[in-house]
Amino acid sequence: MTLNQLKINESATITSINCDEILKDRLYSFGISKGIKVTIVEFTLTKSTIEIKVNQSKIALRLNEAAKIEVTRD
Amino acid sequence: MKLQKLRLLVIKNTIKIALVGQPNVGKSMLINSISNARLKVGNFSGVTVSKEQVFFDYKNFHIEIVDLPGAYSLNDYTIEEKVTKDFLNNEKYDIILNVLDSTNLQRNLLLTAELLTLDKKMIIALNMSDEAEKESILIDEIQLSKILGKPCIKTSAAKKSGITKLLDEILLKFQSQKVPSKFFFSAVIEEEIENISRVLEENKYETTETYRQISLGLLKENKNIYKQFHDEPIWIKIQPILTEAFEHLFIHFNSKNIKDIFNEERFAFAKGAAIETVKQKSTNAATLTERFDAILIHKFFGLPIFLFFMWGLFQLTFTIGNIPMEIIDSFFAAIIDHTKEFLGDNEFSSIIADGAISGVGSVVLFLPNIVILFFGIALLETTGYMSRVAFLLDGFFHKFGLHGKSFIPLVTGFGCSVPAYMAARTLKNERDRLLTLFIIGFMSCGARLPIYVLFVGAFFSESNAGNILFLIYISGAIFGLIAAKVLKIVVFKSEDEPFVMEMPKYRLPSFRLIYHTVSNQAKMYLKKAGTYILAASLLIWFASNYPKHLEIEHSYNEKIELAINPDEKINLKNELSQYNLEHSYLGYIGKYSEPLFQPLGFDWKMTIALETGLAAKEIVISTLSILYGLGSENNESSSSLMEKIKSNITIESAISFIVFVMIYLPCLAASMVFVRESGNWKYLAYLFIFTTISAWLLSFVAYNISKFIVT
Repeated sequence: MTLNQLKINESATITSINCDEILKDRLYSFGISKGIKVTIVEFTLTKSTIEIKVNQSKIALRLNEAAKIEVTRD
Repeated sequence: MKLQKLRLLVIKNTIKIALVGQPNVGKSMLINSISNARLKVGNFSGVTVSKEQVFFDYKNFHIEIVDLPGAYSLNDYTIEEKVTKDFLNNEKYDIILNVLDSTNLQRNLLLTAELLTLDKKMIIALNMSDEAEKESILIDEIQLSKILGKPCIKTSAAKKSGITKLLDEILLKFQSQKVPSKFFFSAVIEEEIENISRVLEENKYETTETYRQISLGLLKENKNIYKQFHDEPIWIKIQPILTEAFEHLFIHFNSKNIKDIFNEERFAFAKGAAIETVKQKSTNAATLTERFDAILIHKFFGLPIFLFFMWGLFQLTFTIGNIPMEIIDSFFAAIIDHTKEFLGDNEFSSIIADGAISGVGSVVLFLPNIVILFFGIALLETTGYMSRVAFLLDGFFHKFGLHGKSFIPLVTGFGCSVPAYMAARTLKNERDRLLTLFIIGFMSCGARLPIYVLFVGAFFSESNAGNILFLIYISGAIFGLIAAKVLKIVVFKSEDEPFVMEMPKYRLPSFRLIYHTVSNQAKMYLKKAGTYILAASLLIWFASNYPKHLEIEHSYNEKIELAINPDEKINLKNELSQYNLEHSYLGYIGKYSEPLFQPLGFDWKMTIALETGLAAKEIVISTLSILYGLGSENNESSSSLMEKIKSNITIESAISFIVFVMIYLPCLAASMVFVRESGNWKYLAYLFIFTTISAWLLSFVAYNISKFIVT
């Protein structure tokens, strides 16, 4: 499954990131990488953007981007 | 000889430090605490994002700190990161001072790992140590120093602790011999590095770099190093070893992407270093930030709360901002009067008083609004709330091809376009920023309000005027969003830039930092906009006063002398000024360009008013009042000007005029700032063409629809 399919407060571990190098580098510099645990914090009303928690950081990203991140639910 | 020695001494004692860190680690605050009151700030600009330089003396050393823009990593993803990366790679400096957020060490260490590969003298500041303590995060900085091979010092910019220690460490580091940076990879990679190095050593390969660096470059598929080897005989010996090395790595890491492999290495390094040195009592209690966020980015309450804040900010901008405005206004009026008195009634006095002083005065007039607006924006930015708003709005804005962060410049645009263009800097992506810059003008700025008030007052009933005004502002914003959509499809068509953004912790802003930012912005506004406006005012003054028609002036003066009735005198004076204006350069331009605007229902007078309005929207009113023969003392509240307009202009022309004013270029000062922010003159040409054509077309539509309704 992908990150955008999780519900609020659910946690999962990243198994792979399928996107171009540029976005991958960006995600990576925020600490989003294979084997990392993420938790969904909040959705916006239109369900277009989500907030996730990675270690001590909180990151906002669009659902389009979240769909490129493969995860397995914990 | 002596001088040379002295100079040598000076050079020896100057320490240049590159301050590097991720965003929101308190870099600016640290620099503030380090340099204290001795602060001397000079801006030297990169493309659009500027690095700041601070100079001060400490224990016989002259220290120069370059505050590089915050970067999550050394990629080219944002302008900030590019500026930082280019500086670190190409400029000369002695020491890197890497600032880390102690409460988020692991992610910060990712950047540190990248910096280590640069192989420079480096010092680590573990900033926000007071906050870490509060969150019961314990960091073993001695162990971390051992792992990184660089001194680590706990600091707190807010509590001013660890600052002296940091400064002493800088001096120590500067005077000591440089040791090679060690960034140890996992055993697999280290083994391959050794294998390649051995071949180089056996063949006594000559190079200025270390064998380790070359081997690493080959493994990282660094193109320059491959080029360097391409014609060398040794390449035959290296190639098989390298192929074998890659195979080993691919199998071990279960990936064929060498970049991924090295990224994973860096990640493992950061994680390992963090695990070994950080002890945190795990708590499940929600942090303060989480509790704030529960309300502020709430699905339903988030947006209304934000709108309330914005409403508050605008109330402040326009209510408090208007108090000093009157004082400034009368201050400049007094100066103008005194200048005229002092210099007498001549050309020189007119160019100084009517040209220079009144032009500059009209810019200074808006300073209070600008300061308040920037204070609000600085508050939004430094507390971390801005990211939340971008998060809330991104979905809506994205539909129109805009980025969530575009909202700040757009909202600011209702006040004044100059700070709005400047606020667009918060957008990281170049195309998003350009798109935002292009539509800021659609948000009607404060200077257009007098024009709306005048025309709406002339043609609509008092009870309706407020609603019409609101309609003008709203439709401007809607046009803007539509224009954004069109531009995105036609011009800025590119892949949607991804929206990945950190939501930093909420932090109380330091008063000094805010004061510093706001006063800097205010100074820049006065300096930059002031110089442009000064030039423009002089130009407009000249164009509306020349060429002189002495004979006609002479005959009018005679008539005025002879006139007995004071009303007649005024009439004659107005006639003269109207003749002069009509036959000035400005008048010629107006007459010449009149046919262009005829389809919109404008006469040549309205045409000139629009053209002078390119300099500043305030000039539209005074131009109209001169042209309709009233002299220049009238303002928008004058009922006689309204009556004149009512009798000279039809309602459909008036509506068309309002629409045109809503959309075309804001003013000269804003245009100049636009050039600076967009980074290229050609964008101003595009903006001019785009806004003028949209203004023309929409005015044409408005003119014909209202004509159809009226008749």
